[in-house]
Amino acid sequence: MNNFSLVLSNLGRKKLRTALLIISILIAFLIFGVLGAFFKAWNAGTEMAAADRLISVNKINFTVSMPIAYINKVRSTEGVKIATHASWFGGYYQQPRNFVQTFAVDAPSYLEAFPELIFADGQREAFLSTRNCLAVGADIAKQYQWKVGDNIPLKSNIWRKVGGSDAWEFSVCAIFDGNEENIGANYAFFHYDYFNESKSFAKDMIGWMVITSDNPANNDLIAKRIDEMFANSFAETETSSEAAFNKAFLAQVGNISLILTLIIGASFMTILVIVGTTMVMAITERTKEIAVMKTLGFQTGRIFSLVLAESIIISLFGGLLGLGLAYLAVSAIGPMMATAMPGMSMSLQIVLIAIGLMIAFGFVTGFLPALKAMNVKIVDALGKS
Amino acid sequence: MNTNMPLYELRDLSKSYWRGGESIHIFDNLNMSIENGDFIAIMGPSGSGKTTLLNQLGGIDKPSTGEVLFEGQRIDNLSQGQLAKWRAANIGFIFQFYNLMPTLTAAQNVELPLLLSPVKKSERRERIATALDIVGIGDRAHHRPRQLSGGQQQRVAIARAIVADPKVLLCDEPTGDLDRTSADEILKMLQVLNQEMGKTIIMVTHDPEAAKYAKTELFLDKGEFIRRERK
Repeated sequence: MNNFSLVLSNLGRKKLRTALLIISILIAFLIFGVLGAFFKAWNAGTEMAAADRLISVNKINFTVSMPIAYINKVRSTEGVKIATHASWFGGYYQQPRNFVQTFAVDAPSYLEAFPELIFADGQREAFLSTRNCLAVGADIAKQYQWKVGDNIPLKSNIWRKVGGSDAWEFSVCAIFDGNEENIGANYAFFHYDYFNESKSFAKDMIGWMVITSDNPANNDLIAKRIDEMFANSFAETETSSEAAFNKAFLAQVGNISLILTLIIGASFMTILVIVGTTMVMAITERTKEIAVMKTLGFQTGRIFSLVLAESIIISLFGGLLGLGLAYLAVSAIGPMMATAMPGMSMSLQIVLIAIGLMIAFGFVTGFLPALKAMNVKIVDALGKS
Repeated sequence: MNTNMPLYELRDLSKSYWRGGESIHIFDNLNMSIENGDFIAIMGPSGSGKTTLLNQLGGIDKPSTGEVLFEGQRIDNLSQGQLAKWRAANIGFIFQFYNLMPTLTAAQNVELPLLLSPVKKSERRERIATALDIVGIGDRAHHRPRQLSGGQQQRVAIARAIVADPKVLLCDEPTGDLDRTSADEILKMLQVLNQEMGKTIIMVTHDPEAAKYAKTELFLDKGEFIRRERK
């Protein structure tokens, strides 16, 4: 027998109570794991933003377009390494519920600005040389079972072709993916030239510009130069880092981070109170046994550690089970959510934070009972026969 | 240790409690000495201070004034940590209600005091088996307390008290919860431990029949020794 088996024997004292405590903690960490994976996917755009990339949008709103002539001016601005542009197409496949996030881009410069997008051999070149090619993200391709060579009609709620048709014919000639798990492959893009020639209005207008700076340290200066260049024009710009742009974009949906934090916080607090109270009750029931251990010569520090260890073991056991279930849930939900929210997975960071929380949770719920056990007065406790 | 030195010496020992704003005196200026190898039965009516005295001897309570010496060294001024160490090394406790850990087997209960000393695992196993054999309950080593009778539980408690080979056994009403037959078996066992293994035994009891097994009977009343009988 050793300290560990002593702790385990105490945990087995009231099996139902221990099981309920473990289930409570399991639920807390199941919520943490799933919401943590969601949170990670939600913020992936901000986290994966390149440090040297800037986004320039119309100052009125990012949905308001700007002249294509801006791009050449931006390309000649000091400190700008690459400048490309993109325009929102929207798009759906067959039915409006089959939404396909699609952009019209300046193909060569776009691929240069986003080196994290990877293609199978020859497909990059095929995309660049095929006027009506649709480069499709791997998640979209998987969802609709598209493959290279397919002809896909996409419809747009916004853009109509010259002649009034809302159906745009594309040939899937490239399928791309991100070079890291968190980089989204849940969208598609095609040539701006094809878009500009075919659309029935807003000719020679673009949605936004993506600028790669020569040095991230110069980002603010370059943004200032660009915005000053178009100041007092009919389409003033607002330029910010890609991370700041993505963050501002997400903020329009609402403060999801705060909502998630509140949900996790509320579940943790509730379970903390339940587990803490139960632990105190469990120790109170054992006052006499603790007094006997002290009588035998167990030091107060050791008593404190034994009780605290009980609480930490319960927390780790329940927490790891919860995290395991969360992993299974995220593994099942992740692929289904890939097109709407790519990168939903249980990262090592989430696991490490969760383990840290489990230990902290065990410590917090066990501290008071351990203190109570440590301070048991032998004479008083043994007098209570 | 000086062979003439008493095992215990109590000097002007007083103990009082504050209860409801009133000071309750348990005993005043108590003086006594206990020799190594003695078997003492402390008797007296309820509230006479028997258990309080036993607690002073076991270092689980401190006197209000006075000194408690063990082998010539004061123990009343030791810290809680030092007292815990001292108890682990010198004292075995036997309680009226056995006070075994319900989640542990008999062998594991006996093993508890050995967790406090650097005894190797193999030696630990040997000592547990020996202690259980001495009290005649080796065949119940893997039973939990609820699977044992009162007498068997008290045997396990005695095995726990002797397994670390302490000098002194402090017994608080060790037969108070047992029938006559079981009580006599336990008392005979204590007698053997005293006579053959040289353990000093100090036993608090209400039972005159139990006291007959001791070498010395001390009568405590209202905090004073009113009689000492040496057999």
